Amino acid sequence: MPRSDGDRVAIIGIGIYPHGRHPGVSAATMGIDAIRKALADAGVTWGEIEFAAGGSMVSGMPDSVVGDLGLTGVPFINVRNACATGASTLLAASTALRAGDAELAVVVGYDKHERGAFSAPPELLGVADWYAAQGLMLTPQFFAMKIQRYMHDYGISASTLAKVAAKAYRNGALNPTAFRRTPMSERHIASSAMITPPLTQYMYCSPDEGAVAAVLATERKAAELGVEPIYLRSVALRTRSYGSLEVFGTSVSLADTPPPTTPAAEAAFAQAGLTPTDVDIAQLSDGEAGAEVMGMAETGLCAHGAQEELIQQGQTELDGSLPVNTDGGLIANGEPVGANGLRQVHETVLQLRGQAGQRQVPNDPQVGFTQVYGAPGVAACTVLAKS
Amino acid sequence: MTILPQRPIEPGLFTWPADQPQLIGSRCAGCAEIVFPARTTCPRCMGMDVEQHLLATRGTLWTWTIQGFRPKPPFGLPEQQHFEPFGVGYIELAGQTRVEARLTESDSARLAIGMPMELTTVPLWRDGDHELITYAFQPIYEGDDSHAAQ
Ligand SMILES: [Zn+2]
Repeated sequence: MPRSDGDRVAIIGIGIYPHGRHPGVSAATMGIDAIRKALADAGVTWGEIEFAAGGSMVSGMPDSVVGDLGLTGVPFINVRNACATGASTLLAASTALRAGDAELAVVVGYDKHERGAFSAPPELLGVADWYAAQGLMLTPQFFAMKIQRYMHDYGISASTLAKVAAKAYRNGALNPTAFRRTPMSERHIASSAMITPPLTQYMYCSPDEGAVAAVLATERKAAELGVEPIYLRSVALRTRSYGSLEVFGTSVSLADTPPPTTPAAEAAFAQAGLTPTDVDIAQLSDGEAGAEVMGMAETGLCAHGAQEELIQQGQTELDGSLPVNTDGGLIANGEPVGANGLRQVHETVLQLRGQAGQRQVPNDPQVGFTQVYGAPGVAACTVLAKS
Repeated sequence: MTILPQRPIEPGLFTWPADQPQLIGSRCAGCAEIVFPARTTCPRCMGMDVEQHLLATRGTLWTWTIQGFRPKPPFGLPEQQHFEPFGVGYIELAGQTRVEARLTESDSARLAIGMPMELTTVPLWRDGDHELITYAFQPIYEGDDSHAAQ
């Protein structure tokens, strides 16, 4: 059931620092820029903000932004929660707003990664040294093995993976803040370097840099300010359950257990009082093309195996029945981990407002859905709606 | 070229020395769940009554990929040593679990989900006066009777 009016939280401002590589620009500088844009978009000032939450994986403490924005004494929570960092900032801020602790809040996420695949000391991730030493602690292996099995079980073709990546580059070309803005043919993607079969080089996203911010308000405050609200109907975060196939698993149970995306999506829809059939646009985790395919079904947006026909028919394109990753997703935007989840929210707000420019989906979308997934088995989903 | 004595990369992963090494997992007395490597508690039911359990040496390939590029550290291959691509997969051991392992095969054309696989060991690199080894699975190809015994 929808919450009573007093409990509803709205997104009233959004800002993004372009994703890509920005030599000489600090992560905090990008974050400050995104926050200033979000404040301007909402028509409020930093001095009015009563609560803030910021997230980054590798680029320090986001509350450092107050040094430039203003030392107002605002409570500021720093979050470092991998792919669920953005969702964690939204949880913190929306909880504060619902509890009556604040009427206006800011969330921000950013990162500035080195080039190349992510790597980390094994002990920090609960992984044994011998496992990493023999060359098994690589997330691309996991994603490749997961989609390899999925293709076998559900009849997904290699051509579908190439189509997903081609769509990402095509949508990215229409997105002025995307990292990769050059369309790429399916043939070029399919014939690029085979990184980990069945996934080729251009089916993967790469770590980069960027920042996203948003201003959240109680419904009452949004009405007082006279701005068009996009309601944050739900945020749900889940870690893995025993038996799901996850990164760095030395063995996996014969009892097939769904990944954390599934319970996170179920919780997000339940909280929002909506179902997957209500969704008009979706932003799904696409660290590689296979993740988007599997995510469509893991979230309940379609049945397992239905992706093959949906994608081959173009139904996930901007003008299809279920547009997915309308801003080019991770493949075209790259992956500043701390900004991922909020970028999906940023794109959803733009689309629901009808402000997505050349990549605007037609037919006045009402409900948007977002999903992130990442190591070591964490997923977060949101439902956003115009009403 | 001298032949170095071999040593597992980590003790307790597989029986060694042995003519036919076996992976050492553990089995929960409470819920019968089997995991690899052996643990002292059950990750499924959190039970503490867990015993070592030797795993089957034959199974089927459940999924796979190829590690085609040289990983960054903490990959342990010494820098001066040449990197050879290797296969990685999960091998389903009937009624037990699915174990992730290196594969002896790194040619996509010679790997397929469902094919029979058998446990072996592979050399990793030299460590002092030993050659480190780890567990791996090798495909059993049809018509290959070198594995017929067992
Ligand atoms: Zn148990």
